[in-house]
Amino acid sequence: MKNLVTPASVKGEKLDVSTGKPRKKSKWRTNLSLDLMVMPALILTLIFAYIPMTGLAIAFKNYKPGLGFNASKWVGLDHFEYLFSIPENVQVIWNTLIIAGLKMIAGLIVPFLFALLLNEVRKMAFKKMVQTIVYMPHFLSWVILGGILSDLLARDGGLINQALVSMFGIKPIFFLGDGNWFRFVVVVSDVWKEFGFNTIVFLASLAGINPALYEAAEVDGAGRWQQTRSITMPAMLPITIVVGTLALGNVLNGGFDQIFNLYNALVFDKGDIIDTFVYRLGIVDGKFSFSTAVGLFKSVVSFVLIVSAYRISYKFANYRIF
Amino acid sequence: MYHKTKPYRIFTVFNYILMIAISVLCVIPLIHVLAVSFSGKAAANANLVGLWPIDFTVDAYTKTIANENFTRSIWVTLQRTVLGTVFSMGVVILAAYALSKENARFRRRNLYIWLLVFTMLFSGGLVPMYILMQKLHLMNTLWVLILPGAVSVWNIILLLNFFRAVPKEMEEAAFIDGAGHFRTLFSVYLPVSMPAIATLSLFTIVGHWNSWFDGLLYMTNHRNYPLATFLQTVIVQQDFSKVTVRPEDLENISQRTVKAAQIFIGMAPILIVYPFLQRFFVKGIVLGAVKE
Repeated sequence: MKNLVTPASVKGEKLDVSTGKPRKKSKWRTNLSLDLMVMPALILTLIFAYIPMTGLAIAFKNYKPGLGFNASKWVGLDHFEYLFSIPENVQVIWNTLIIAGLKMIAGLIVPFLFALLLNEVRKMAFKKMVQTIVYMPHFLSWVILGGILSDLLARDGGLINQALVSMFGIKPIFFLGDGNWFRFVVVVSDVWKEFGFNTIVFLASLAGINPALYEAAEVDGAGRWQQTRSITMPAMLPITIVVGTLALGNVLNGGFDQIFNLYNALVFDKGDIIDTFVYRLGIVDGKFSFSTAVGLFKSVVSFVLIVSAYRISYKFANYRIF
Repeated sequence: MYHKTKPYRIFTVFNYILMIAISVLCVIPLIHVLAVSFSGKAAANANLVGLWPIDFTVDAYTKTIANENFTRSIWVTLQRTVLGTVFSMGVVILAAYALSKENARFRRRNLYIWLLVFTMLFSGGLVPMYILMQKLHLMNTLWVLILPGAVSVWNIILLLNFFRAVPKEMEEAAFIDGAGHFRTLFSVYLPVSMPAIATLSLFTIVGHWNSWFDGLLYMTNHRNYPLATFLQTVIVQQDFSKVTVRPEDLENISQRTVKAAQIFIGMAPILIVYPFLQRFFVKGIVLGAVKE
């Protein structure tokens, strides 16, 4: 970007066109209208983001809606102790870690490989068409996909079970009613929905590789596999590290929308994650304080992870979002 | 030339087959739903429908449209989508313009930007939000679907980066001609940023159309459900207790072909705007996310 600023305007002062000297008054006015422009966003943020944060205090209280906030008793860390002392609660944390961890790994490998393979396609029209198709599921909501999946995966007569039974002669699989299969379905369907979209960033980095490198390798007699190993993969390493590190912030994000639209009481033991647990306990059962405590636990851990992830990727790959 | 060698040619053939197979895998579920929705009731219930309708009929669609719960929820969704997108884009554009200025020219910029970005990293969570909405008496109003998500910090950052790429000479010319910040934004920045604004608007529209959880959470009266929430209760939860229906309608909603028709209507608008969306988003995302 060109830098046209004069010394006076560096200090935040606008120059008077006729005299070339800073105009004292207009600097203040200039800033005021900028402040005004940020105000709507700021006010909405204060109301809908910062006020709820103060509401987190009920995690340390025994909040009763009838009593109100002030009259409810302080209980310190009782809710957190309860969270970690009951095996069923700890199981929810484990479920979240397992599902989120598997999603992170699969969600990094599949797009990486797919981008490498798609990069080998030389017919541009074909490449565009594949891209258009694989990006699409990203834009459909989990309500729609949940409806489609539960139809496809139905034990009695679902398209997938029909195919499996006729091909392998096995008994129909209860995909959405068996805990282990449920986890499998959650991870696979998440990859199915997002892998295309997640290749975008890899394809961008592939497009940025200097063609001269390949030409030189060609002259030296390197085959395509050798070129891939020695040029393409090292060139993709930084962005892969960034994507992988940033995904760390999601360690406690099992994917509420997806799980909520696929699960049922049969798979709570292996499929219930923190977010769905908080919803059922807080909103359905009305245990406001305990579920807020669980949510706070998740928010704090995620916050620490995200901030460290950004610091790491800034340090190692010089990545910044703004 | 590696691509003339025999192993690479064999690889290419397999690669093309794999790419086609993956693409097919991405559209088959959608085609199946479409086929079921146009099939006869009996064939669908007997699980005979694969990828092509059997006993073609539009019966499921006429039944869906005749269901007033369905049409009412579409109306709610249209309202929230139009109002929500206009409102949100207004807030985002104003904030992005101001925050695109250099720190030196806008001293409080850093404070504001951190106040906004912090909300991306940390939130009060579900229950405090729910209690707040009750206290503000926003439950069961249209505003509860519009206001909380209106400030999209991510969109502000994307647009802010786009504004920064606009040549400074243009804005300086406007200032010299005596334009203030509002005038400069509307007469200089907006006209040249239309592609970026169109993209973000489309994303916001898709977000509103797909959004279902806020409806489930904040609407205690099912008559206020937006379409996505209605579909969630009827198709996913299969809970008809929240939706008052006449007995003859109940049979219709639970019918498999009608469910498929509802699913298809639910995703049709996304499929329609998708080609426009796709033209922009690759560029937009790369622009905003990977920066030197």
